Order: sequence, then C-alpha cells, then structure tokens
Amino acid sequence: MKLLQYMLQRFVMYLLILFIGITITFFLPRLMPGDPISNYISQVQARAGQSLSAEATQQLRDSLAELYGLQGDLFTQYTNYIGRVVRFDFGPSFTYYPEPVSNILLDALPWTAGLLIMTTLLAWLIGNGIGLIAGYYNKRRAAAALEIVGILLYPIPYYILALVVILVFAYWLALFPLSPTFLPGPMSWSKSVSIIHNSFLPALTLVLAGFGWNVLAMKALAVATKEDPYVQFARLKGTTDRTRMTQYVFRNAMLPQITALILSLGFIFNGAIQTEVIFSYPGIGMTMRAAAGAGDYNLLYGSIILTIFAVATVTLVLDLIYPLFDPRIRLGG
Amino acid sequence: MQTQQQRRWLPKLNSRLAIGLTIVTILAAGSLILPFFTSVDPAAQGTYLKNLPPSPAHLLGTNALGQDIFWYLVFAVRNSLLLGVSVSMGVTIIATSLGLSAGFIGGWYERCVVVFMDTFITIPVLPVLIVLGAVVRGNTSFMVVALILIVFGWAWNARTIRSMSLSLREREFVNMARFSGAGVIAIIAREIFPYVYAFMIVGFINTILFAINTEAALAVIGLSNVVVPTLGSIIFWALNYNAILIGQPLWIIAPIVTTVVLFLGLFLTSSGYNDLSAEKRGVA
Repeated sequence: MKLLQYMLQRFVMYLLILFIGITITFFLPRLMPGDPISNYISQVQARAGQSLSAEATQQLRDSLAELYGLQGDLFTQYTNYIGRVVRFDFGPSFTYYPEPVSNILLDALPWTAGLLIMTTLLAWLIGNGIGLIAGYYNKRRAAAALEIVGILLYPIPYYILALVVILVFAYWLALFPLSPTFLPGPMSWSKSVSIIHNSFLPALTLVLAGFGWNVLAMKALAVATKEDPYVQFARLKGTTDRTRMTQYVFRNAMLPQITALILSLGFIFNGAIQTEVIFSYPGIGMTMRAAAGAGDYNLLYGSIILTIFAVATVTLVLDLIYPLFDPRIRLGG
Repeated sequence: MQTQQQRRWLPKLNSRLAIGLTIVTILAAGSLILPFFTSVDPAAQGTYLKNLPPSPAHLLGTNALGQDIFWYLVFAVRNSLLLGVSVSMGVTIIATSLGLSAGFIGGWYERCVVVFMDTFITIPVLPVLIVLGAVVRGNTSFMVVALILIVFGWAWNARTIRSMSLSLREREFVNMARFSGAGVIAIIAREIFPYVYAFMIVGFINTILFAINTEAALAVIGLSNVVVPTLGSIIFWALNYNAILIGQPLWIIAPIVTTVVLFLGLFLTSSGYNDLSAEKRGVA
C-alpha cells in the first residue's frame, strides 16, 4: 500500500513538472522584450535588400504568426501550444522546410540518449567505485591521492573539460578527430567502430565531469558507514574486507548517491548540451544550438520540450525503480 | 581560559579553506583593483597590433582582434565574479526565506513550495536560456541572464534549508522559545538562523560557481552577450578565431587556466568552510 502511494505521488509530481516546465517555456519568451517575428523579418529584409513591399511584409508576418502559433489572444495561444506539445507536433522546421520538427528530433535523440546513458552510468560506477575504495581504506596514503583527483575534477565546468580534452587528445596527441564525422549507411562492424572512435572524446568529457562529485561524496559516505555497528559486527563474524566493502558499506552508502544522481539529471543535461556544441556532436544539444542560431523557433521549441520531457521521464523512471534498492520504501518500514 | 578565547576568535583554518581563500582573495582583489590602472577598453578591437607575442607591455600578448589578452582577462574575471555574487545574493535571499518559511509554516503552502522546488531542480536551465537568447537575438542583457539564473538557481539551496528547518523545528530549544512567547519571526531570527547561516555561506559560494559556470557556458556557445568580457566570452572569441590553429594558444589557455584556478579556489573555500563549521558544531 505504501509502495503504491509512493509511486502515485511520483507520477503526480511528474505530470506537475511537465506542466510547469511547459508553461514556463511558453510564458518566459513572451515576457522578454523583442518579438521573434520582427527579428526574423528584419533578417529577411537584410538579405533581400529593400525589395520587399509593405504588403509582402504583412503577408509574411501573418503567415509566420500562424506558423508559430502566435495568433489570437494569449489564452488561445497557450491552449494551442499545450495541444501541440501533447501531440508532439511542432510543425515544420524552418531551416529544413518542410521536414517536420518531430522527425529531426527523433533523428537526433538516439545520439544524445546513447552518449548520455553510457557516460552517466560509467561516471557513476567508476566514481563511486573509486570513492568506495578511498573511503573504506581512508587511512592509506593512496586514498588521499584519490580524493585530490576528485577535488581537482569536481569544480571544473563541462566546457573547460571539453576544451582541455580537445587540446590534449585531438590537437597535441592527435589520437582522435577534432569533431566527430559519422558516415551514413547501414550499420556494420566498421561503422560501429567508427562511431565509438568518433564519440570517444565527448564521452570522455562527460565521464570526467560526472566522476569527481561521485568520488568525493562516496568517500565521505563510506568513511561514515564503515564505522557503523552492523559493519563492525560483520567484521567480527569474519567476513572478508571485500565482502564488507561491497555487500555491507556500499549497499547502504549507494542510496544517497542514487538520490544525488536523480537530482543532478538536469545539470548533467546542461553539460551534455555544452559538450555536444563544442564537439559538433549531432545530438539534441547541437540541434538546439543550430536552431537558435538560425531563428528556427519550431525546432527550438521542439527540442526544449523534448529536453524537459526526457529529463522528467528519466527522473520518474529512476524514482520508480528506487524501491528496488531501498527496502524501506518497498516494505514500508 | 586564554586558549579557549583564542580558539573562538581565531578559528584554526584548515588547509582547504586557507588555499581556497588565498586564491579567491588574490583573483577578486586583482580583478577589482587592476581596472583602475588602465584607461583602455579591453573589449575595443584594434587597439593594439594583432597577434603580438607576450612582452612586458602585453603580458599575455595580443589576440587576432587587436585586444590585450591580459587586460581582457582581468575584466572578464571581474565581470564574471560580479555576476556570480549578484546572482548568489538574490538566490540566497529567495532560497532562505522560502526554505525557512516552508519548513515552519507547513501545510498547503509547504506542498506548493516543494512542487516548485522539485520542478526547478529537474528542468535544465541551459535550454531555457538558449531559447531566451534566440528570442532576444544578441540583445541578451547581462541583467536578463542574471535574473534567469536567479529564477532557476534558488531551488537547490531552498531544498537544503527546508530540510534543515524541518528537523530544527522539533528541537527542544525552539519549543522553549515558543513557550516563552517568542513570535515566529523572532524564533527564526534568533534560534534558527545561527544554525542555518553556516550552510547559507556554503550555498552562497556554490551559487557563485553555478552562476559563473552557466553564463560562461552560454557565452562559449555564443548565446550570451559576447560583447561583454566574461570568462565565457573570451573563450568564445578564441574558438571563433581558431586561436590554436593560428598560433595563439595563450588566448585560449589563459582563460582555461584562470577558470580552473578560480573554480578550484571557490570550491576549496566552500568545502573547507563546511568542514570548519561541522567541526565547530562537533559533528566531525
């Protein structure tokens, strides 16, 4: 019963997050000074010289207003907008007219999802593994060295890590390409090798960025947990160090770390966008940046809604499987 | 008696705090004082000859836009720090008042605050800033960026402060004050605040990091106001002119090193202060 209540609560929260997020992205740009249509028209005029007549400009303005859903009063616009979000229909892209925005996004999504899932898992596992060892053997000198690695890595922003990785691996050592190129065509062995080779640097950046915090937090948790009476009891029972570290200390210390992961998903996504743009990696972040540069508002709105939806959904999924790790929620203790 | 007095007034700095404070003080003082010694606008293009190597006149050389890299960097650190501190002040005020009031008032008010808190923690801020950057095309004023960062930055700190006040409100000394007839505001100011304020300082520094980081990330991908020198805009221009390939590695390495040192300094200060206050409370 308690489990059901927990899950229901999370689901309601999920819907609320989506609703508030979508509402904010609707209203914030409308509170800003400046009007995207005028901006766009002045761009067109700059390109066309002064050859556009007043009627043609007005026609363009009306058709743009219709295309962007800017007709009618604010409330009508808002309900139309919600309707479009629910149907996942953001109209045609402006730069790739008449390709629908949803197709472009669905092409970009696997790149971002693949990169993020891989790197977040790796960063979590490696970071917590190192933190666990450093915390369990915190009296040894190597533990202090591991902690210093965490301290040095954690505060460094994503874009700096990306640039350093480029400088070292693409420029000085020239081991990997500066920005990835992916050949079209069917999946084959050589193609997957090329994808891994080309995605290596963005992935390395994301792993390095995600790993410092896990090392520091896990070390602190492991130091505290290993003094708990139940771990002492296990030691007296004659279990090995390895068993105590993994089965006793880690199983409890990982719970706050899962919560921390859930709470930092938005932050990780920010980092993925920066990394994709700096490496020109063909994911959602790059699509978003290109759409912003080209004034392709349909594509831009589609990608931000997809981002909010993705982050909220992953948060929900992690929240829902959390009881598997924490029996207190599962059994209602 | 003597030693106890000394200990109270001169807290023993741990090494993290000492290193962090030194770095932050040098960078902050340098970037705030040095601008008074130049009359040249560092962002003006073509002030000097292009691509000069480092020399006593141009400590880090000049870039492909004819700007002095050292002076540009000084102004960048100053602007980024000012942005960080002002965002952090706004965030700390909002986070503390919402966090404390949610913890103490409870009921529906608390539930609403928690929903907004969780929403703002979940929604990534960078895409929202990208949309705004595209709508106001290049006119993203520094103020707007700061306001958005406050709107999206308060939730994390408020969450921590709320959970602290939840546990504090059940404590004996709070009940004591309540039974002695103290009002809610008096309780928060005199009984709760001393407990929360150590966290507020840590949160304050971490928010400076968050604000500088997010603005710089937005600038690096060219969507903040890149005319204003910041730690991000200097990298944006260096990338735009392929600093490395045209033989100007200092243009990009100098801001990278500065950013790393500044962020490390801020982080060491906040985590060192956290350890210090935990020690004082007798937790660690």
